[in-house]
Amino acid sequence: MTDTTTGPDARPWQPPDHPDFLWRTPEPKRSYDVVIVGGGGHGLATAHYLAKNHGITNVAVLEKGWLAGGNMARNTTLIRSNYLWDESAAIYEHSLKLWEGLEEDLGYPILFSQRGVLNLAHTEQDVRESLRRVEANKLNGIDAEWIGPDEVAKICPIVNVSSDIRYPVHGATYQPRAGIAKHDYVAWGFARRADEAGIDLIQDCAVTGFTTDGDRVTGVRTTRGEIAAGKVALCAAGHTSTLTDLLGIPVPIQSHPLQALVSELLEPVHPTIVMSNAVHVYVSQAHKGELVMGAGVDSYNGYGQRGAFHIIERQMAAAVELFPVFARAHLLRTWGGIVDVTADASPIVGRTPYENVYLNCGWGTGGFKATPGIGWCLAHTIAHDEPHPYVAPFGLDRFVTGALVDEHGAAAVAH
Amino acid sequence: MQLIDCPWCGPREEVEFHYGGQAGVAYPAAPAELSDEEWARFVFHRANPKGPLHERWSHSAGCRRWFTAVRDTATYRFEK
Repeated sequence: MTDTTTGPDARPWQPPDHPDFLWRTPEPKRSYDVVIVGGGGHGLATAHYLAKNHGITNVAVLEKGWLAGGNMARNTTLIRSNYLWDESAAIYEHSLKLWEGLEEDLGYPILFSQRGVLNLAHTEQDVRESLRRVEANKLNGIDAEWIGPDEVAKICPIVNVSSDIRYPVHGATYQPRAGIAKHDYVAWGFARRADEAGIDLIQDCAVTGFTTDGDRVTGVRTTRGEIAAGKVALCAAGHTSTLTDLLGIPVPIQSHPLQALVSELLEPVHPTIVMSNAVHVYVSQAHKGELVMGAGVDSYNGYGQRGAFHIIERQMAAAVELFPVFARAHLLRTWGGIVDVTADASPIVGRTPYENVYLNCGWGTGGFKATPGIGWCLAHTIAHDEPHPYVAPFGLDRFVTGALVDEHGAAAVAH
Repeated sequence: MQLIDCPWCGPREEVEFHYGGQAGVAYPAAPAELSDEEWARFVFHRANPKGPLHERWSHSAGCRRWFTAVRDTATYRFEK
């Protein structure tokens, strides 16, 4: 190799050619019609549907780090809609239907693979709850069935369905349309479309404050200057409280670390998604071959984007009990994201005490699956200044009225 | 694993402890007079700062006593 930094032909070092960027890197303008705080999946999807469905393109997405580098880069990519209550079924099924056409809409491969999800039942109570949820799903037009241990073994042969384990598998709910997608590609696809529509995606731009005038927010103060805003949407997931505290809006969420892990690359052994609330495992095999597993949240509040190792240890023990074949797999990497948990394991979406500020948070451990659905509904909410019917039940006021949407059975532990 | 300083037992491993959430949340003095909004605040709202938080912890696998600690939620470090 010739050294070109010294000698008679010296020239400055040049980096190798970089592939084309999928979006511009614009300087923030002084003002936008809509400012979306948070450049993760939900923020980018909201931007996309603002442009596509409502023709609103004078929009900025502000991201304090890099695009889709928070929970969007850290989740376990499970997509399903088999939630118990009508309110949840509506929004998650809307989202699943959008997933089914998303690759075409974005013109970008997202590796969406509908390989089905098994939610295992290990106790009599699990069985009752599962049957109830299957029937509720059917009434809502969601594909769901109850299957016994033999059929579980047919769909996913590596699950230990023998009766001599601590929590034997009594059966499972099965949603064949559930699946996984490549989370980075999803974010990049939305980002590219939003950028093409003229929306500014501004990275390395943390919001440090808000300028208010009575019950309106007139602008956001950022590390890259003040930006005037006609409307503001908060899509900051686990960091939402750091924004709403600045605005003085009390929001009943608690931020917790949630960890996940992958094994080394393996031959295809795991054809579906398996979730178990009781044993606490949720696992799928990514396209490349890693087993992707999620743990439960760390018990304490935290923003550190990491968690304690004993949580991972417990998770591995549970996984090996249910999948004895995993005992020989090596753990490759663990990481953590920060999830915003609510009392009823349902999101908080809609209007706030400020008339032009919209809230989208509380998706807790399962926001990825909702990405296109919430983008669609939040864009509608912003454009029409009124909650989309699918998000109307999830307003901040439900904690006062008591109309909670308790999804602990379908959502709280497993994702 | 993080060591947590129990005021009675000294430093012990994190797995021996149970997290009790925000400290200093008093039961309403006059519960019958609370509005729905005030009840919602008491039941559902807790501080969620990125930074120091006063918290209740129980040494559940040790002396089983409760104590209040200040922990930084950004670094997870116990301050006292």
